[in-house]
Parts: sequence; structure tokens; C-alpha cells
Amino acid sequence: MKKQKTKEQAQSGISKTCPGPMVFSKGAVISEPGSTMKYKTGNWRTYKPVIERAKCIKCGICWANCPDAAIKKDSDGTFIVDYDYCKGCLICDKLCPVKAISHGVEQK
Amino acid sequence: MAIIGFEEKEFFASGHRACAGCGEALALRHIMKAAGEKTIVAMATGCMEVVSTPYPETAWKVPWVHCAFENAAAVASGVRAALNMKGDKETNVIAIGGDGASFDIGFGALSGAIERGTKFLYIATDNEAYMNTGIQRSGATFPYAATTTSPAGKIIPGKQQPKKPLPFIVASHGVKYVASASVANLPDLKAKVQKALKVNGPTFLHVYVPCIPGWKIDSSTTIEIARKAVETNVFPLYEIEDGVLKFTQKPAEKKQVESYLIMQGRFKHLTPELVKKIQGYVDARFAFLEGIEGKKCFDVLY
Repeated sequence: MKKQKTKEQAQSGISKTCPGPMVFSKGAVISEPGSTMKYKTGNWRTYKPVIERAKCIKCGICWANCPDAAIKKDSDGTFIVDYDYCKGCLICDKLCPVKAISHGVEQK
Repeated sequence: MAIIGFEEKEFFASGHRACAGCGEALALRHIMKAAGEKTIVAMATGCMEVVSTPYPETAWKVPWVHCAFENAAAVASGVRAALNMKGDKETNVIAIGGDGASFDIGFGALSGAIERGTKFLYIATDNEAYMNTGIQRSGATFPYAATTTSPAGKIIPGKQQPKKPLPFIVASHGVKYVASASVANLPDLKAKVQKALKVNGPTFLHVYVPCIPGWKIDSSTTIEIARKAVETNVFPLYEIEDGVLKFTQKPAEKKQVESYLIMQGRFKHLTPELVKKIQGYVDARFAFLEGIEGKKCFDVLY
């Protein structure tokens, strides 16, 4: 049996599954700087880099070369991976001069 | 605060949708660290525009203007004119375009903005094809590279034309500062951005950025390949200041170009003869640069 659309749905052309029309701000201005931070890219990861902090010499090469700014400096000067955003490209793993970074397959 | 000489604050935030290991995203992150907070960016259509502003989100922490493919330089020109009207002399204006936007589609607007003497920095991030639309060849595509519009067939092995020498075309406009930079050498990239922004007139940066899907490379090899490009003279690092070319990083010993090509899927069709041809091409381009090194080769008008 064909489902009957409600009058409102028929008018707006939107089905029940659709969240509704996107409302644009004037000029499509985005007023919140850096708001992509709300979107966690960590679940893109296939490989997971792990920094062994005892081996870290605090050189910052991993931090500088991360395209996602997903490596942070910790209070003791060593570097840690922010798994909310790390996409698992493993540039850090490749560049670490003291091989303090290793990787395995992400377990989901 | 700085970490190993780079600004600690991020102006290009995490959560952007660039591929894992994207060289271009890394370049933007460092360009913005070098330029700082007082910057307005006009960005041409391309990968970085798409991945950095998935509406209603933005990765940018500075004012940023979405432009069409062809008019980033023209928009930057208008932004500068507006700042001049307000008496603002401090704010940096940067226009950024990929190689498609800079070498091909937006080239006219770039030339026009320079000709008007606009005080701005134009940055062409070069990943050697239109990657956003699915790897079509551009004027910047490296010879013999396979793209979807220059496929490697039995008769025609990839792109048949040389790379357009855009930095020299820009330098010929009479620009005071033109430079090439790469994600292989981030301190050099930082220094060049800051130097260019100090110039009271148009300036230009050509930035080499590896592309993971377009070059068919592993995401962890971005920096390795960029370094190899410098070591093999495929992408020499130089600056042309006041019309005089100077190398900023010269490889201690030149490596064979084959070591660069072999790392990338877009060159996997190459025969030994073609590799030899490419070596000849790279050597000739580098010999030209060495020939003009230290001499005043471009007039300065701005």
C-alpha cells in the first residue's frame, strides 16, 4: 500500500526520514572559527600510532609533521597522539628519529 | 609560545576532511602558523576549500573567503582595497589556490592582481593535478605522470608536456619576491612565508605538496617523497629576491631521479628509456636554474 504523505510533508517535499531543509545563515557565513573540531576524524583510522613515552626525546618532529594537528605536547614535554583526530597516516611513525612510535591495526 | 621554532597555536584546526597524510593540509597548517592571526585568506576552489569548510563547519580560525576557481587573486585584491579604505596596513592578505586554480584557471586573475600592484601573497600549493575532481592533468602535472586525462597507455605513456614554469612567469611580472617551498623543509617554508608578507607589494610562493590518492603513494611517505623531490632536483628550493635567484637548500649529493619516481604509482608504467628522458628533463631544468643563480634575471617593478 502506498503511504500517504501528510499535508505538511507534501507541501515541503520532505519525507519522514529527511532531517529537514538546511537553514543557511545570511551569506552562508560560518561564524564559529575552527568548528571542524566538532567532527572527530579518529574513526577514519586503520592503523594506530602509539608513542612510547619513555623513548620520546621531545624533539617535536611528529608534532610538526602531522597534517591533522593531532599530536599534542604533554606537560612533561613528551608528545602524545590525540586519537579523536588522528587519521592514522603514520607520517609520525616514519619520521620519529628514535623509533619511539610504533603502530598496529586499530581495534574497533 | 613556540614548539621547535613553530607557533604552537593552530589556525587550521583538526577535524578537516583531508585524506590521511595529506601534504597540502600540512602545508596550510604551517603557512597559517607562519602568517599568524592577523591574516585574511581568500581561497580558490580545490581540495583544500572543500575539506576545510564542510558547511556549517570551518577549520579556519582566521577570516576566510570562499572563492570560485578563477578569482582567488581578484578577491584578495578586493580585500586589500577594503583594508586600505579602513586604513589597516597590518593585516596580511593571502590568496591560496591549488595548481589547477593557479597554473590554469585562476592564472588571469593572478596576473591581474599582480599587475595592479596589490600587496598580497599568492600561494600556489602544487600537487600536480586536479585532485579534488579525481586526478585530471593540469599545467603543473609532471611529465609522464599518469592521470585520468593523461592515462598511461601503450602508445602515449602519461602526460606529454613539460611543467608550466609559473614561478618564472610571475617573476617576469616584476614581482619583488618569488620562492619555491616544500613540506620537506618546514622551517624554510615558514621563513619564506614571513619574508613574502613583509614585502610591500605582490609576492608569490610555489609550494610542493604530495597527494596520497593522486600519486598513488602510501600515506606515511608524504614527507619522504617531498624530501626525495628536493634531493633529486625534481623540486629545487630557491627564492628570487629583487630579480636574483638564490638556492635556499641545495642537495649535498644529487640523487638519481629514479629513486623519486619509483616511490609513486603514477609513474609505475615508466620504462628505463622514459626514466632516462625524465632524468634529462630534470637535469636541464636544474642547469637552467644554476645558470641564472646569483644574476639579476628579472626586472623588479613593484
